[in-house]
Amino acid sequence: MRIFDPHAHMTSRTTDDYEAMAASGVKVLVEPAFWLGQPRTYVGSFIDYFNSLLGWERFRAAQFGIRHHCTIGLNPKEANDDTLRREVIEILPRFLAKDGVVAVGEIGFDSMTPAEDEAFREQLKLAIEFELPVLVHTPHRDKAAGTRRTIELVEESGIEPGMVVIDHNNELTVKDVLESGCWAGFSIYPGTKMDEHRMVRVLEEHGPERIIVNSACDWGVSDPLKVRKTADAMKEAGFDDDVIDQVVWRNPVDFFAQSDRLILDDLDEPDLTATYEGSGVLRGERA
Amino acid sequence: MTITELSAALEERARPEGLAWLREASAAVAADPTAIRSRFPMVGRKVGRGTLEEGADPDDVHAWHIDDAARTLLLVAMGEAAEGELAELYRFGDAAERRGLLRALPYLNLGDRAVYLVDDAVRTNDTRLIAAALGPYATEHLPDAAYDQAVLKCVFVGVPITPLDGIPERVTPECSRMLAALVHERVAAGRDVPAEVWTVIDKYPHAEEIAAIEAELDSPFEDRRAAAERALKHRPGARA
Repeated sequence: MRIFDPHAHMTSRTTDDYEAMAASGVKVLVEPAFWLGQPRTYVGSFIDYFNSLLGWERFRAAQFGIRHHCTIGLNPKEANDDTLRREVIEILPRFLAKDGVVAVGEIGFDSMTPAEDEAFREQLKLAIEFELPVLVHTPHRDKAAGTRRTIELVEESGIEPGMVVIDHNNELTVKDVLESGCWAGFSIYPGTKMDEHRMVRVLEEHGPERIIVNSACDWGVSDPLKVRKTADAMKEAGFDDDVIDQVVWRNPVDFFAQSDRLILDDLDEPDLTATYEGSGVLRGERA
Repeated sequence: MTITELSAALEERARPEGLAWLREASAAVAADPTAIRSRFPMVGRKVGRGTLEEGADPDDVHAWHIDDAARTLLLVAMGEAAEGELAELYRFGDAAERRGLLRALPYLNLGDRAVYLVDDAVRTNDTRLIAAALGPYATEHLPDAAYDQAVLKCVFVGVPITPLDGIPERVTPECSRMLAALVHERVAAGRDVPAEVWTVIDKYPHAEEIAAIEAELDSPFEDRRAAAERALKHRPGARA
């Protein structure tokens, strides 16, 4: 089984996790920039963090045969610090130009403050400027309202909805998100947000189009093998292998390939080109 | 490799569109040095990322890549203005950009003013950066103690040392001693060392450390005796 985990905070994980993920079928992952559990207070901390996502973490993943990409952005929680918001957004363009940066993110709402609103809008503009997709985090609290507000901001910004994935959905938000034309992401967690059996029901109700699932594994209680466990639950529920492949591989590949920055060219995945010939996944020079 | 050879190798390997982009980018950065800030990150996707030598092992940390050569040519095209941009290019660079920048150092006229970049790269644990940092620029400009420590770090993290530009001429007796001590430590743990360490150790053989390795041949522990044999069999003229 080939797995693309489109949301995994590997900086928080051990080499044991990398090993287990590779064994479960994970070949490619995307690590979104987020907050680290306690607020940073200097722009330099962000620069070092972004650099580690582009350098050290990519190197670590490669040791286990996993291709690491990242998204770069200012998360909503820390966007509430006025000085940081200005300074971090100012240095983002330098990072958004890089290979392997496959989206702007995670951006979005935490407490739905005016500061979060401003950071969200400014980063949607940057996404348009750098022709990058967007990864949006939806709030833990007041999620349905936060999701609706997210869709409004996406519509106002003028970005193509197909370039946006709205993440951390549940049974109550998925319909609005799919109707907006955006992609719907699901973080499969032990206990919170969404689990693999509820995910199967969502897929049965809404189908696999524009739906992606991730483990979101981070520094909290989480499980880096949740994408595989979702695939297994789908299989058990009678989904056929092609639909499973669409959800855990082709959908995230199609979404992030819109960046033109996926680096999959020397990946040891023999049928990758065969499946995607001409679709643009392998755009860029392959010398 | 001279800059002419580098350029010729790139002409051979990169696609015409990539070379055309590079010519345009070189003109842009020559006219306006700040243009390098957007061009430098684009090199991989515009010119290519494969090895510069066809058929070379892409996982060989010493192998030049197409993007290394293209980044070197871009920096050279900036002339004297390159130096002013280096610190920021490195600070904001991803691993591929940093590797290209480090490989370019000997082609720029920098004196010893970029040694801090080599120091930073050698402090990382990224084997690609460590290897790229230890080219002819490091041979010429690193202080002795730093060079010796860098060679020791290479062996420690698994970067082959034979292809390093300064091996074995550049090392001091201290490097030979430290490597012999590392061999002893590894043997005492029942572990292996690469055969190539002897090139450096035997440049200035340190009698005491080598005697300590040889004494492991008589260790009461089987794994240590076996490790000592394995280590010493690669040493020209050793008693194992």
